Amino acid sequence: MVLLPGKAKFKDIPVNQSNPSGAVYLCIEDLWKSFGSFVALKDISLNIYESEFVCFLGPSGCGKTTLLRAIAGLDLQTMGAVLQDGKDISNLPPSERDFGIVFQSYALFPNLTIEKNIAFGLENTGRSKSETAARVAELLELVGLSDQSRKYPAQLSGGQQQRIALARAIATKPGLLLLDEPLSALDAKVRVHLRHEIKELQRKLGVTTVMVTHDQEEALSMADRIVVMNHGVIEQVGTPTEIYREPASLFVADFIGEMNQLKATAAAHDSVSIGDASLKSQTHTFASGDTIIAAIRPEDVIPHAHEASSSDAPGLQDAQENTFEVMIAEMEYLGSFWRCRLQNAGFGDTELIADFSINAVRRLNLSENSTMLVELPQDRLMAFDYVEAP
Amino acid sequence: MTTHSTITHELPAGPVVKGKLSRDDIIMRACMGVIALYLVLTLAFPLYTMLSKSFSIYRVDLSQYEFQVSNENGQFDGTIVTGAELNAKTGVYTATDLSTSADGRIAVTKFFPDFSFRSPVLYQIRNAVPGGRFLVGSTLHNDTNWLELNSNDFRRVQLRPVKSTGLANFVNYFSTPALFNSIKNSIWISVLSTIVTVSLAFWFAYALNRSCMRFKGIFRLIAMAPILVPSLLPGIALVYLFGNQGMLRELLFGHSIYGPIGIVIGSIFFTFPHAFLIISTALAISDSRLYEAATSLRATPWRTFWTVTIPGARYGLISAAFVVFNLVITDFGLPKVIGGQFNVLAVDIYKQVIGQQNFEMGAVVSVVLVIPAILAFAIDRMVQSKQVASLSARSVPYQPSPNAKMDRIFFAYCTLVGVFIVGLLAVCQFAALIKFWPYDLSFSLNNYQFDKMDGGGWSSYFNSIKLGLLTAVAGTCIVFFGAYLVEKSNGFKTGRALFQMLAMLPMAIPGMVLGLAYIFFFNNPSNPLSVIYGTMAILVICSVTHFYTVSHLTAVTALKQMDREFESVSASLKQPTLKLFSRVTVPVCLPSVLDISIYLFVNAMTTVSAVVFLYSPSTTLASIAVLNMDDAGDIAPAAAMGMMIFYTNAAARIIHLIASRGILKRTQAWRSR
Repeated sequence: MVLLPGKAKFKDIPVNQSNPSGAVYLCIEDLWKSFGSFVALKDISLNIYESEFVCFLGPSGCGKTTLLRAIAGLDLQTMGAVLQDGKDISNLPPSERDFGIVFQSYALFPNLTIEKNIAFGLENTGRSKSETAARVAELLELVGLSDQSRKYPAQLSGGQQQRIALARAIATKPGLLLLDEPLSALDAKVRVHLRHEIKELQRKLGVTTVMVTHDQEEALSMADRIVVMNHGVIEQVGTPTEIYREPASLFVADFIGEMNQLKATAAAHDSVSIGDASLKSQTHTFASGDTIIAAIRPEDVIPHAHEASSSDAPGLQDAQENTFEVMIAEMEYLGSFWRCRLQNAGFGDTELIADFSINAVRRLNLSENSTMLVELPQDRLMAFDYVEAP
Repeated sequence: MTTHSTITHELPAGPVVKGKLSRDDIIMRACMGVIALYLVLTLAFPLYTMLSKSFSIYRVDLSQYEFQVSNENGQFDGTIVTGAELNAKTGVYTATDLSTSADGRIAVTKFFPDFSFRSPVLYQIRNAVPGGRFLVGSTLHNDTNWLELNSNDFRRVQLRPVKSTGLANFVNYFSTPALFNSIKNSIWISVLSTIVTVSLAFWFAYALNRSCMRFKGIFRLIAMAPILVPSLLPGIALVYLFGNQGMLRELLFGHSIYGPIGIVIGSIFFTFPHAFLIISTALAISDSRLYEAATSLRATPWRTFWTVTIPGARYGLISAAFVVFNLVITDFGLPKVIGGQFNVLAVDIYKQVIGQQNFEMGAVVSVVLVIPAILAFAIDRMVQSKQVASLSARSVPYQPSPNAKMDRIFFAYCTLVGVFIVGLLAVCQFAALIKFWPYDLSFSLNNYQFDKMDGGGWSSYFNSIKLGLLTAVAGTCIVFFGAYLVEKSNGFKTGRALFQMLAMLPMAIPGMVLGLAYIFFFNNPSNPLSVIYGTMAILVICSVTHFYTVSHLTAVTALKQMDREFESVSASLKQPTLKLFSRVTVPVCLPSVLDISIYLFVNAMTTVSAVVFLYSPSTTLASIAVLNMDDAGDIAPAAAMGMMIFYTNAAARIIHLIASRGILKRTQAWRSR
């Protein structure tokens, strides 16, 4: 197992830094979950605020679904507490908690019509038949499937089934909506469309929502805050921008978006050395001489017009600060931009990947096997613990 | 920006969160407890009682009795002799006489050669140690006081055995060649039947799955027909064909059909559908991509057969072999009818219990019979669990292509097998409809006047239908609900594992053993449940338990295909789980529920083994009537009753088919897109 710097770092970040509304709705305290000798969740603490849309994001096996099921009471945690709306629900069975849930499979009852699926939770709740019918009609209207009410689930498309599952989950107006990979069974186009719809619906209803996903795009586009998990611990909690722009660990940096990772040595508190070049970086806490990983996102690499070079061999000698000459080994056209693989003796075998706009490529007249100048801006160059490539 | 900090990855010590049970959890556990209790009472306890019975030894210990004899004037001289001394002197009883059964009684007058019940001599008897037992008439004496009796009363003294525990019954069994020879007989009969049946069934299944011959549907129906009749019916047909006055007796070249030949042929008949079903399933799931690969590698058909077909079907073949072995070794009806002097284990149990009233020895034979049955069952389960793992969702079903020559060969082969099966049934029907084979071949319905024969008459037939229906209804409810509880309830892992084990156990217990165990358990006056002994209820309970496992597995398979999150969704919507069960689970699983009920009905109609010990004069059954009429020499009426069972089961199958089509159409509209 690769030990990654984990949660300890996130604890340094004030948790309420991106609190959208204020009141804590769901509070998870020192939660552990073990399956036999395997520890699936390790000391998880997390606050979720009222009306917030939170995504649990991580690779498969990171514990995100386990955490969701603990919140729902479907698989009880081994230790730790869950508080919902100020009430300790740690040991309550699901039926005594207040939540609606949508599973990846939707779990629609196949022998009941759409109407009856949605009405299932409204029965035996003291509502009259007409009230129930009205509520069902309202929900069908809300998810835009009023004309399908008499059909059976198998007669609907995947996206429509998904919306019915959502309508059934919110029918009883639960305080918490749990979504367990709700979009992963759909094809790409429908998924993008439904992302938007679910987010809209959540905003309209103001229901506190937790969604589990392994799809970073989904998390970035839907969540108010993202909880990045790995190996049973929380790596980072933050808004999509924070997660993307200020990853707290190399794992987060690598898992979300693309990240160049260059083996480097720490220098002063705001500089790193790659090869024999010294580059200014974000401030870090490594001791001078520590082996580290210098990281930068491909789109943060700034292309510069090539000036007449003073030396023939491309090296890391900087004319301007953090700027040096590279050779373009390969250019790949990806529609809205060019992905370029850049080589420099200082990087060793690693290639620096940079995304340049179509415009820049045309303006700078870039082509394969030519040299160019690039800048790694100081505020986008990060330093992380060195880990052997897995 | 960062330093590596250590985080603990070990679970800290401390109290573990204990979940609060919801009302549903409590209800479901209680229900599961009730059904588990049912299985314990109708399976575990009876089997335990039987096992302990096999280790129970009843012996009259003569040294525990003391006697005094007076002179002609009725005066005692104080001489005390023990029973053991008297026996040593007179040699009246051998050790075998003294090893008796629970009901054994030993008279004492034989110890006194000059005893006369008219003499004026008085006798005194007492137990030398507390706990000894003797009867005077029907009064039990178990204290150590001297009892003075005149000779007329002394005549009525009987010594009772004392119970101890040990291996003596087993020692006795294995030192009696007539008994332990049955083990050898049973095993080689079963092995031979298994080899022949599996080979025949394999080629039959191969023809139906891998050739383009015609009339596959009809052949499939014919192959399944034997399941609808009691296992002893082929025996009756064989008697008509090859018996002493048989139509085709010459074909045996002087060998007798009564014995191993008859048992093997009959066993092939009644186990054929079981082997065929399993092998057919194994062949049906073969992947055509493997055959395409073999063809592209230019493998000969022969080589492809051995490298693709046989390995693909091997689990099915092994499983079929163990199922057939188990069926043959535990079968009672067929060897009873056609076994003649050839002893097998299952019949031995019957002979010991019904013939000799030696219940302890019956228990010993049962224990001996359970061992190979459990072994075969365990291996079969292991093999089946492997087979599941070899299935792949991406497999492409094999489509046979026409091959005129092979198709003709397969057709001829299937016709032969079909003639064998239909032939035996037709012989029975023919025998039932003629007046008196072989002397008067005119048509007559006399053989259907069951009321004039032994075996309970027409009421046995209606009792059987009643038993079938009750077993189907009660059994389906218990089995399906039990399977639901064990599959879909939360937590309580040990309890559920125990329940699963209990549910699998009946498959490994031969019917004869179960029936005998029921006698021991339910025919005990001190057991409050003994009120059901001799009623229809015990027959229903016995049948449900006997056929529990296959029904349970059918239910579990159906339930496993249900989305695992239905219960979670229902709980999150705060709806009772039982509402989900009745509104969603049962309707969706209805096809399997109907399958379970027809399975239970057909088996309750045909079973002989378990119920043969349990029926009473008011609850005689059709299958038992076949046995008893055959025993009494009324073979033609036995055949007639056997065929009645066949037609009833066939009709039940057809009704089941029509009913399930109808119900499915009405309730399963959701299946169509």
